[in-house]
Amino acid sequence: MVSFLFKRLLQSIIVMFTVALIAFSMFRFVGDPINNMVGQDTSQEERDELREKLGLNDPFVVQFLRFAGNAAVGDFGYSYKYKIPVSEMIAERMPATLELAFISAILSLVVGIPLGVYTALRREGILSKIAMAMSLVGVSLPTFLIGILLILFFGVVLRWLPTFGRGDVVELGFWTTGFLTKSGILSLILPSITLALFQLTLIMRLVRAEMLEVLRTDFIKFAKARGLPDRAVHFKHALKNTLVPVITITGLQLGSLIAFAIITESVFQWPGMGLMFIQAIADVDIPIMAAYLVLIAFFFVLINMIVDILYYAVDPRLRTSDGS
Amino acid sequence: MDLLNINDLQIEFPSRRGTVKAVKGVTLTVQPGEVLGVVGESGAGKSTIGNAVISLLEPPGRVSGGEIYLNGEQINNLGSEAIRKVRGRRIGMIFQDPLTSLDPLQTIEQQLVETIDLHLHLGAQKSLERAIELLDQVGIPNPAERIKHYPHQFSGGMRQRVVIALALCAEPEVIIADEPTTALDVSIQAQILDLMKKLCRERQVGMLIITHDMGVIADITDRVAVMYRGDLVEEGTTQKILGDPDHPYTKSLISAVPRPDVRLHRFPMVDYIEKEEDRKKDFDVSTHWLGQAQDFDTVDGSLISVKNLVMKFIAKESFLKKNRKYFTAVDDVSFDIKQGEVFGLVGESGSGKSTVARMICGLYTPANGEVNFGGTDLTKIKSEKEKDYYRRQMQMIFQDPFSSLNSRMRVLDIVAEPIKFHKLASSNSEVEGIVLDLLEHVGLGRQAAMRYPHEFSGGQRQRISIARALATRPRFLICDEPTSALDVSIQAQILNLLKDLQEELGLTMLFISHDLPVIRQMCDRVGVMKTGKLVEVSETEKLFENPSAPYTQELLSLMPKLSNLSQSGLEVEAK
Amino acid sequence: MEKAVETSRLDRFLDSDIWHSFKGNPVAIVSLIITLIMVLSAVFAPFIAPHDPFDLMKIDIMDSSLPPSWMEEGEARFLLGTDDQGRDILSTIMYGARISLTVGFASVIFSMIVGITLGLISGYAGGRVDAFIMRVADIQLSFPAILIALLIDGVARGIFSSELHSEISLYVLIFAIGISGWVQYARTVRGSTLVEKNKEYVQAARVIGIRPGTILRRHILPNVMGPVMVIATIHLAVAVITEATLSFLGVGVPPTTPSLGTLIRIGNEYLFSGEWWITIFPGATLLILVLAVNLLGDWLRDALNPKLR
Repeated sequence: MVSFLFKRLLQSIIVMFTVALIAFSMFRFVGDPINNMVGQDTSQEERDELREKLGLNDPFVVQFLRFAGNAAVGDFGYSYKYKIPVSEMIAERMPATLELAFISAILSLVVGIPLGVYTALRREGILSKIAMAMSLVGVSLPTFLIGILLILFFGVVLRWLPTFGRGDVVELGFWTTGFLTKSGILSLILPSITLALFQLTLIMRLVRAEMLEVLRTDFIKFAKARGLPDRAVHFKHALKNTLVPVITITGLQLGSLIAFAIITESVFQWPGMGLMFIQAIADVDIPIMAAYLVLIAFFFVLINMIVDILYYAVDPRLRTSDGS
Repeated sequence: MDLLNINDLQIEFPSRRGTVKAVKGVTLTVQPGEVLGVVGESGAGKSTIGNAVISLLEPPGRVSGGEIYLNGEQINNLGSEAIRKVRGRRIGMIFQDPLTSLDPLQTIEQQLVETIDLHLHLGAQKSLERAIELLDQVGIPNPAERIKHYPHQFSGGMRQRVVIALALCAEPEVIIADEPTTALDVSIQAQILDLMKKLCRERQVGMLIITHDMGVIADITDRVAVMYRGDLVEEGTTQKILGDPDHPYTKSLISAVPRPDVRLHRFPMVDYIEKEEDRKKDFDVSTHWLGQAQDFDTVDGSLISVKNLVMKFIAKESFLKKNRKYFTAVDDVSFDIKQGEVFGLVGESGSGKSTVARMICGLYTPANGEVNFGGTDLTKIKSEKEKDYYRRQMQMIFQDPFSSLNSRMRVLDIVAEPIKFHKLASSNSEVEGIVLDLLEHVGLGRQAAMRYPHEFSGGQRQRISIARALATRPRFLICDEPTSALDVSIQAQILNLLKDLQEELGLTMLFISHDLPVIRQMCDRVGVMKTGKLVEVSETEKLFENPSAPYTQELLSLMPKLSNLSQSGLEVEAK
Repeated sequence: MEKAVETSRLDRFLDSDIWHSFKGNPVAIVSLIITLIMVLSAVFAPFIAPHDPFDLMKIDIMDSSLPPSWMEEGEARFLLGTDDQGRDILSTIMYGARISLTVGFASVIFSMIVGITLGLISGYAGGRVDAFIMRVADIQLSFPAILIALLIDGVARGIFSSELHSEISLYVLIFAIGISGWVQYARTVRGSTLVEKNKEYVQAARVIGIRPGTILRRHILPNVMGPVMVIATIHLAVAVITEATLSFLGVGVPPTTPSLGTLIRIGNEYLFSGEWWITIFPGATLLILVLAVNLLGDWLRDALNPKLR
């Protein structure tokens, strides 16, 4: 167990290192950082001085290690455009994105997995057919279009729900939450559905496919031949075996929610990191882009670690050695 | 009243190419304590009978006629809940592959207790006691501790014992075993069959055993039903069917079974199922393309000489070389093959015999040792061009007829590939002529050339493989289990063909098989392998009559005897 | 010498399970027809579109914001109405689909070439090469395609001047979407290659002496193309969505040559003022196109994998 975790940790560090290298290369080689930091009227001497001060004349490796070291403690320098620390901007906007992603993750798991199981078990049922057809529409609808349609219907036509922003938020130290006010919760509804819908359909289709695969195996046939009731065959034997591969892919999918939030946030003007990132791209604000990249990679690595531990808990083949 | 009575059963599978009648009116009975064997080759419909009895036919299959009675009570028309109470409780089922029959995520205890408690309502504690007792009865050592383990912690043979325990755990009246030992090695097969027979007698359980293997039939059954393409062609006591069959199909089938006790010149009467195209009988090696003068070096003595071969596979990958764990598949193996000789390698799965073949033909690079071909060590050659010279002289026939041909290529292109690669013909039309001739020569006929592999049966595909191997005009042929995926009557045809070709062309052969009787039919000398080591090399007849190594003696003693097989129409080869 | 009877490729196709499955599946037939209609009307847009929406001489601001022709204020000339500048919606959709499909097909082909090549090499070579390629793939997988495309576009903006960028933005877009999609092909092809290379027909070819390059091309490649075609179909849908999303976010093609996503973005601004047709028709076109392609992909996957049915 320890060596397994250690190995995964090592791999995660390699991933983070690579991503940091990419982020640093972006920062260093896309445009001139100095030109982006100072105004038009800055003299050449002042520029050279700043360049020296920031260590931009040091060897590449030294610069990169400094960048990586700073990044490890959350320091990504200053935004070119706003001239304030990137870490501050991120800290301010992270709660909005994480709350949105969290609700969407719950939504897509709680709805997606049961639907996948249901459609696999009742393959010929009318409800399954409808669900499968809907799921195809779901993966065919671009996220932004879902958002627009929801806004049009619930915001413009029915006027039931707010269509932009987070509503009122409550400050809890370093965290701001929308969970504690009515307008905050109402504001969450449309964006979280928009963000969840695509993942939900993917998870549902994945669970269905894996479940069908498991239902065809010999041990399911043998379980039926022993006279076990359908309930035991389906939920005790089939579902558990389905979850083993599902955990991995679902983990990956949920990790991508945070990045997918970019689209949802710009449709709903949700004040999260995605919106910040989109604006940074339009402004070529490289430090923000670099920081966002590293942050997404970090969340991915974190989720992967959790997935590995879960995997370990579910599959005895990893825990116990072969006795044959 | 019969324990199990299958009356005029008909099973069909509707498909877009028309309805396939898998079983066409079969009547069988099983009595308490009796073992009935249902034997037949692939496509005979034997497995669907077992599935139909417990109403678990694979869709779209369905019972289209007839009845099934268990102790006088009709069970083929029960509702899903009623038949579920029959499954496991009154009829136990054993499937072919023990590696996939158990839920990998649940312990043996969970699976046994679940089934016992469901059917016998004993409660958790009593069920557990009974489960441990059962494991003990099926011969699992230390059952109280082993029951806590997961399936992957057991070997294949042990898992099949667990499967048997699961089939027996609710005291069923009937057990249906579908190819229960096909996935197991010979030595384990014998143990499992003994166990099944003993349990069946002790408990007065009726057993229906479905198999393609005459050895299993001879070992365990009291009566046999022979099936051919959905029909029951003959039924009788095991002694009668094996020793004095009436139906022409049964006769053909029995005569195709490789004998462990005598060496035959050829297998007679084996074309009941699939007629081979007439091979040209007026074959003259001196004028035929296959026999044309080759520019190979002449070799004195041994053509192949293998010295101290070692092969290691990485068992546990590690970034650091010194931390890698290796598994030694072949350990210090040496032998010679004389020109024109058929040398056999025999051993159980995992013994390393195929690995040796793959090292000889260059698919694997040995960790150590030499592969000498006519005195040249092939492992030392670096240049691909130079290797090609030896590749041309050495070809291989593989085990699985379904994966050994590229399904996207026409037969013509498959057989032509080696000719073109080694530039053995000057023009495309010459290549085509040679290919058509080769196809005729292996008993396929010229019209096969333009078709694709999926249009052929397993035996025909193996003929295509042979034609491809012959296309470089090799003098050394490696046959790696060439018939183990084939039905017994097709196997007999292919073995006949290989024997004929070997004689006609004076080929040197390495023949690999796990099947001792087949080895006896084919080989002049034999090497016996066990866990990577060569334990004995001897003349074939001497090995069978008078084995020296203890392992060889054990293998021979576990081999099904088949001593009462009909001998009519056989040409026994003079010793 | 007698000539063997040849089963032609057409005969083989007409007898294949794929064709039979297609004939018996009305959804697949309709999807294919819809896809073909869309592709053809996009390809021939300059000849069949009722108006040329980008010819400034022919646009009249007086025609702006007209609703579809069946509505009260609609005009017969503009079947689906006009946008704020008086451009015919139907025509802009046909031209927009042209951009969307060009980007879609081009990036799918780009992904396919990169992914199949790396997958074959990775699966066949094994060892360090395999480990390296798959590690890169893993890292890339940690970022959704859309994010990678955004980053590449952002970097391109930083490197190229804005005039140059809008000129080459189509290629940047194709590269960005293409490079973000290769992983799936590579992983699938690698997986299939690992299976195929251990099959005996490949070993037979090696025993004959056939060189690795030829084995990959002639033997393995044709046998791994089945799943690749399924991925490619579904990837086409994804690529079109990605392009639309990028354009919607304002980082895709420049507004002078609008794609479906750009049209939706432009129309989105008028949604609240009631001019829904400017955004809904391009949106519906996008949905129908992607849905048809997805349905085709779904059918193809089931047809190639008969045990699923």
